[in-house]
Amino acid sequence: MAKIPRIPVREQDPQIRAKNFKEVCLGYTDEEAMLEARRCLNCKKPACMTACPVSVKIPFFVAHIAKGNFEEAAKVIAIDSSLPAICGRVCPQENQCEGSCVLGVKGDALSIGKLERFVADWCRENNVSVATKAPANGFKVAVVGSGPGGLACASDLAKMGYDVTIFEVLHKAGGVLTYGIPEFRLPKDTVVAHEIENVKKLGVKIETNVVVGRTLTIDDMFEKEGFDAVFIGSGAGLPKFMDIPGENLNGVVSANEFLTRSNLMKAYKEDSRTPIYVGNKVCVVGGGNVAMDAARTALRLGAEVTVVYRRTEKELPARAEEVHHAKEEGVKFQLLTNPVEVVGDDKGWVTGLKCEQMELGEPDASGRRSPVAVPDSHFTVDADVVIMALGTAPNPLIAQTTKGLEKNRKGGIQADENGVTTREGVFAGGDAVSGAATVILAMGAGRKAAASIDEYLKNKKK
Amino acid sequence: MYKIVRKEVLNPVITLMEVEAPRLAASAQSGQFLIVRSDEDGERVPLTVCDYNREKGTVTIVTQAIGASSKEICAKEEGEHFADVVGPLGQPSEFIALPDEELAKMSFVFIAGGLGTAPVYPQAKYFHEKGAKVDVILGAKSADLVILEKEMQQVCDNLYICTDDGSKGFKGLVTQKLEELIAEGKEYTQAVAIGPMIMMKFVTLTAKKFNLPLVVSLNTLMVDGTGMCGACRVTVAGKVRFACVEGPEFNAYDVDFDEAMRRQAMYRNIEIEADHKCKIGRGK
Repeated sequence: MAKIPRIPVREQDPQIRAKNFKEVCLGYTDEEAMLEARRCLNCKKPACMTACPVSVKIPFFVAHIAKGNFEEAAKVIAIDSSLPAICGRVCPQENQCEGSCVLGVKGDALSIGKLERFVADWCRENNVSVATKAPANGFKVAVVGSGPGGLACASDLAKMGYDVTIFEVLHKAGGVLTYGIPEFRLPKDTVVAHEIENVKKLGVKIETNVVVGRTLTIDDMFEKEGFDAVFIGSGAGLPKFMDIPGENLNGVVSANEFLTRSNLMKAYKEDSRTPIYVGNKVCVVGGGNVAMDAARTALRLGAEVTVVYRRTEKELPARAEEVHHAKEEGVKFQLLTNPVEVVGDDKGWVTGLKCEQMELGEPDASGRRSPVAVPDSHFTVDADVVIMALGTAPNPLIAQTTKGLEKNRKGGIQADENGVTTREGVFAGGDAVSGAATVILAMGAGRKAAASIDEYLKNKKK
Repeated sequence: MYKIVRKEVLNPVITLMEVEAPRLAASAQSGQFLIVRSDEDGERVPLTVCDYNREKGTVTIVTQAIGASSKEICAKEEGEHFADVVGPLGQPSEFIALPDEELAKMSFVFIAGGLGTAPVYPQAKYFHEKGAKVDVILGAKSADLVILEKEMQQVCDNLYICTDDGSKGFKGLVTQKLEELIAEGKEYTQAVAIGPMIMMKFVTLTAKKFNLPLVVSLNTLMVDGTGMCGACRVTVAGKVRFACVEGPEFNAYDVDFDEAMRRQAMYRNIEIEADHKCKIGRGK
């Protein structure tokens, strides 16, 4: 068969999208999706499936797309994933399914992520619902957190017939999908709200404004509210700071604060009640996906934006696509640069970021070459806003308020690969266990925990 | 949920509301706060839990109409609902952990400034019920801005009202009253100050003169109130702390008040702009 190159996906022009919050990627048309799907080699041992944290039956749904049977494709995805419109947009496919695609050895890997989102978007636009409710089995399960881990766990359990209630601390469901990832990468009202609606269609209830550990404790869930098991998918919400001088100056914010104001509180809209301080020159410290999200949000709000990162472009932990998009839109990168102090004026407002030049030394424990400071290389980058995007840590509240629930070395909840914690009937997964990772890994952990909960409760019944 | 079952206008700018929130009412303790969103597109406004009724499943909040969002909260009527009420948030007052017999031996002086009267009330009530001696110094600009006077009267041994203009009680600052009481020979084992940041700063300077242990409750900026954003960070004993999850109460002598006041003003200009419709057609 003649080699067909990957069908490119349409995107908003960088010049135009740098000034709006509409989605960057426009997705495939029916024809484009079918053409792309035909590139699949239908391998006997599909490496893509093995590389998917939730084991979506990729060649099977792709085969349906190739024939134009989009609803059938959706049914295949729905067996393993409840959030295809989200995963198709934010999964690091290049390291997972697409990274293992045989086509990628001598050319372009199949565009699996874009095909997945095509199917999900097609269903939404055509009002096709593939959600099916199972008959009730009489058990009640509580899920803490409505982020990707909680939603995946809840939908798997609901499909097995469990009566599931998700407790969310914020006023809106979705966790990081709602407060963290910006509109231009993951539209809230269309994509996120719709996927959450699909989870509700399976019978899952969502209660917002519940601080687990305060409003209700895990013990209350068992004793007062009659739950038989609990899954904790409370994420990693606590922002890290650098602990350098000047970090409490006015104008220094965590990426969490900046993104929560913009995404959850809609501060990017003119009529929002919640203020956001953007300034003219923004420095974003960090090189992960969150740093890219913060940088591109600040850019859209009118600032000149520089990302400051202490290693080189090769080590940037953000997805290549995000870095590429950020550059196209005009975000500048100052690499091998490490902030040592935030400097301010006499009124306490930020005026710049004092940095030192770095060079790469020996590889560290993670295999990445550690940056080492070049002596006497200090310089100051002008900035009136500094956004710290250095990662997040799990919130200790639930571990602190639940007897018998041990913490791990990272400060998260201790759980094995099946989500089993040190407390009977309590399961955990996602960032709450591992510390900050990705949407799809949290979903994978949520699904594994759902299987463990099913096994636990079936045995209990006997 | 979150129905307003009682509304009482305490003065032209301050409104008290009793709101249905059963789980919150069942778990709230004094010293903690909650967050209210008046409507679907409202801001998240942190307010102290002023009182709770576990049987009725209600919590009482007191709001001062200063910005657009607090005005929206105050404009709600009895029988209407808030979009969201979440809590309890933050740590309970540390004295709640003390055994009753210890508490009964204590002699508290509470210094409440303006709206700070609301969070002082449940604490004074709790300690008074436990048999501690409780004096309250209540400061306001003028007589019409004094709130919860009758309620407070019932939960303390002595209530001293101070007004800036002398229209009620002592004419002068709460710090002057505190000095006067101590000079008269009052012996307090613990002081608690809740009010505007600037008041808490000066109460701290006064209390220091007498080596009087003092706790303050910090009303910093917040978005989520659960430790996620870090807008509330304050320097306490040289370390950065999150007021929303580690506070809101801290040992007053450890707090960097000047930084806290500066940080509180970070969004002030934007908010003034948002609240003020320019009459001469400038701006957006």
